[in-house]
Amino acid sequence: MFGTAVIVFREVLEAAIIIGIVAAATRDVPGRSRWLAGGLLLGLIGSGVVAASTDVIASMASGIGQELFNAIVLGIAVVMLAWHNIWMSSHGAALAAHARSVGSDIREGRSECSILLVVVGLAVLREGSETVLFLYGIAAADGGKMIPMLTGGLVGTLAGIAVGYTIFTGLLRIPLRWFFTATGMLVLLLAAGMASQAARFLIQADLLPSLAAPLWDTSATLPENSLPGMLLHSLIGYDARPAGMQIVFYITVLLTIAAGMKWANRPRQIIQQNRAAQL
Amino acid sequence: MKYLLLTALLLPFAASAADTDYTLIIKDHRFQPAELTVPAGKKIKLTIENKDATPEEFESYPLGREKVVAGNSTTTLYIGPLAPGRYPFYGEYNEATAQGVVIAK
Repeated sequence: MFGTAVIVFREVLEAAIIIGIVAAATRDVPGRSRWLAGGLLLGLIGSGVVAASTDVIASMASGIGQELFNAIVLGIAVVMLAWHNIWMSSHGAALAAHARSVGSDIREGRSECSILLVVVGLAVLREGSETVLFLYGIAAADGGKMIPMLTGGLVGTLAGIAVGYTIFTGLLRIPLRWFFTATGMLVLLLAAGMASQAARFLIQADLLPSLAAPLWDTSATLPENSLPGMLLHSLIGYDARPAGMQIVFYITVLLTIAAGMKWANRPRQIIQQNRAAQL
Repeated sequence: MKYLLLTALLLPFAASAADTDYTLIIKDHRFQPAELTVPAGKKIKLTIENKDATPEEFESYPLGREKVVAGNSTTTLYIGPLAPGRYPFYGEYNEATAQGVVIAK
């Protein structure tokens, strides 16, 4: 039971952390909860579909379908998170100033909601399909072990959700002044970490060279399968033995999004200065 | 980013000539062979045959690899080039029995 709980916890944790951060970052978007629930539901349905078509996906693209699928799912999530962060940099200050009502931006709020739907859906899809396969294996193998195993699965799921929820409520406690900076930083690191994971799948499929592999090895001090290692992996993309190419992806995405945020932030400051001058 | 990917997508055509092939078999939730000796400093093409009816996930933190292998199916993945040493791996869905190690010499 304990082993099952740990495995399921590992899978659920990553999705839960992503959802926790994204849910906090979009706290003021109207209708957010519905979209979040929709993403969760679609992700769960998708998990079943992906799990059921494992061998079909695997045999696509001459045997590297699974890696391509994972890399594409991660890539879409990176683009969505980048879009969110850049949009927030141009509207975040307005959102913070008006606290909870930004009626004029409903149209943009909707696009923000679809980002939420996609990011949550993909996070659940990726981690969920592996969990479904794992539980299916148990169910197919041995009837006697099933009840304790499924209990373990439930415990792991609840523990993962608890961590995600703790992060969510913790973020909401950040004073509004720093809130968008903090969530923006977290989303930025989340996206960079996903890009690094995508690179790893492309290396595994032999579509990318690993460059130096590993570039460093911190597995003795902070193993990836320890709890802090797992948390850091999900939060900032920590990898104890990263390939050089992963770092290239990580830094490229980090700098690209940061530059986009800076760029999006500029015109608004000018407008504000003009307004201040008129007053 | 786009150019990086494009360039990267073309690279394997130049690099895939000198692959070294190895095979692992999964049966009764165990890896055969449980110890796989491979040359160090070379990229390895690893074929995994799952002869069990249930899916398995080949996972290794030291190798930085994870891949689901559906029941009764075969898959391939690439590891290395590796520095000499031992690189343990396991089957995440049956961790109690599915254990193995890649030894790079």
